Amino acid sequence: MTQLTTPPGGAPASAPSAADASAEARTARPRRVRHPRETAGPVGRTLRLIALAAISVVFIYPFLWLVSASLKPSESVFDNVLIPHVFQWENYTGIWDEVPLLTWVGNSVVVTLAAAVTVTVSSAIVAFGFAYFRFPGRNALFGLVISTMMLPAVVLMIPQYLVWNWLHLASSQIPLWAPNLFGSAFYIFLLRQFFLGLPRDLFEAARIDGASYWGMFWRIALPLCKPALVVTFIFEVHASWTDLVRPLVYLRDPELYTVPRGLKAVLDQFGEGGEMRWEVVAAASVIVTVPMIIAFFLCQRHFVEGIATQGRKG
Amino acid sequence: MPSPTDEARRDEAGRTGTAARTGTAATTGTAGRTGGAPVPGAAPADRRERARRWRASWRRSETRAAYGFLSPWIFGFVVLTAGPMIATLYLSFTNYDGISEPRGVGMENYRQLFEDPSVAKSLMNTLVFTVLRVPLSMAVALALAMLLLRVGRATGFFRTLFYLPVMTPSVAVGILFLLLFNGNVGLINTVLGFVGIDGPSWTTDGDWIKPGLVLTTLWSVGSTVIIYLAALRNVPQELYEAAEIDGVGRRQAFVHVTLPQISGALFFTLIVNTIASLQTFTEAYTAFFGSANSQTYSNDAALFYVVHLFQQAFQYMHLGYASALAWLLFLVILAITLVQARLSKRFVYYEGEER
Repeated sequence: MTQLTTPPGGAPASAPSAADASAEARTARPRRVRHPRETAGPVGRTLRLIALAAISVVFIYPFLWLVSASLKPSESVFDNVLIPHVFQWENYTGIWDEVPLLTWVGNSVVVTLAAAVTVTVSSAIVAFGFAYFRFPGRNALFGLVISTMMLPAVVLMIPQYLVWNWLHLASSQIPLWAPNLFGSAFYIFLLRQFFLGLPRDLFEAARIDGASYWGMFWRIALPLCKPALVVTFIFEVHASWTDLVRPLVYLRDPELYTVPRGLKAVLDQFGEGGEMRWEVVAAASVIVTVPMIIAFFLCQRHFVEGIATQGRKG
Repeated sequence: MPSPTDEARRDEAGRTGTAARTGTAATTGTAGRTGGAPVPGAAPADRRERARRWRASWRRSETRAAYGFLSPWIFGFVVLTAGPMIATLYLSFTNYDGISEPRGVGMENYRQLFEDPSVAKSLMNTLVFTVLRVPLSMAVALALAMLLLRVGRATGFFRTLFYLPVMTPSVAVGILFLLLFNGNVGLINTVLGFVGIDGPSWTTDGDWIKPGLVLTTLWSVGSTVIIYLAALRNVPQELYEAAEIDGVGRRQAFVHVTLPQISGALFFTLIVNTIASLQTFTEAYTAFFGSANSQTYSNDAALFYVVHLFQQAFQYMHLGYASALAWLLFLVILAITLVQARLSKRFVYYEGEER
């Protein structure tokens, strides 16, 4: 079991809670409203844990089912047996021969890294511009940044496609990550909040020591906001790795496909003629999903922090 | 962001007196308020004055440096957001097909929007899906978050479990939908069969495709759960103590303390989930459209608005018409967001706010 860090609110540790609760019960007034932060009494806690365990089956089972299906022979994919009678590893090895899956994984890695690196750096630069400087038009421009978050991506899809087409780059991988060179509204917002939290004296001191604005950003601000940069980076890795829309619009050549685009192609390919090889599709699905699951377990703390902050914006 | 321009004007007015050389942050805040009162509908003379001040400020290295840092975003905004917005608007009045020169067709595309049965169908599908999904996912997420609150250390473990599906790529979610909700042999109907329910054919019966997709997307409710959990933890303990002293029961404490206290998070997830649901694409497209599947499933119950838009634009290359479709979606989302924002004034409670 991987344990998340103790939450900022600080739920009390579980060990002493049972004793606390029973002691409380003796002295407490009858109709006591329990604060959600407290640990429930032993009975309540057990009931909750049972309920949670039951619910978590729903969250976990589809993964297990998918992995199991991906190892079965075609005719028993739907037999609802979790452990396959025969482990058909060919579903995984075969797929590499039938489709250039390894190429797709490589493409995805390149595109994802390019997207995440560019968006992190550019958003940090812009966010620093908004956080540190006082200049005319600052609030109006920041309002503009925020309002672009509300803009549906599809509204811009057609003319952006035409822009890339005009540049003769419409069937390359460049449109998948190059827009990130100009920053992204949500990350600019996130990083600006972080920069605003840094003490201003730090920058004044650097200025007195003769640092340039760029030096202040690069040498002082960036190293201090590493956690926020990590959150930005992994959020973009997730967004970019799982994206299907842009690859659908831009990629024509199967050699350039990313994994989700390739997976869609596998689905289409085996769907033709009514003979669907679900076990192969399941294997390909596992291959797209597993890297994200691993990434999640490596950086779950950052994921959770990043998500939890979102709600505070409201 | 209540009228950012207003704020900017105050900011500017404030700095004339102080003539800050380096970043003297504190001055703008206080001096700005006492300085020039914002004049609505500025006179030409005032505009000239502002332009002069702007030039003066531009000469200072700080302003120039600031715009230097902002330049990537400004460039991107012009080239990839504002420019495209205008281009889409222009194209929506043409019959552009991506190859021949765009030719103006007046309101033809917009007239067609109202006559095209696919538009009505896809808009209806999308709205039904959104209306089913958003409240359901919020309720489920809130229930899970409440359940997670008082289990001590186990919270972290289950929170991780619930978040896991969010990591699953939408393409894989679409495929899981096809596999698990298969009418004859799928897991869902097998389980329903155990309790004596004869499940519908989720993936082929037009009436059941959307409910099935709603249930599938509920699986990735984890990020909303985490937002609610964070909000619930921030509710001050004293409020529950006060409620207790007033002799308020649990249910009432939930309605009168918990819900108002987390209304900010509820509102945020309402807007975000609504906008996301209206733009549903990948799951539906994966499962029902594409080179092969479109023939397999003649049913248009899964024709969501963005799917329709995508097909018009990139399969049939009706770029002009698709631009009109894009603008319609933009207006629908804008209208819904504005209505929700108006409602939020009434229902959302912010700590220490007096508006």
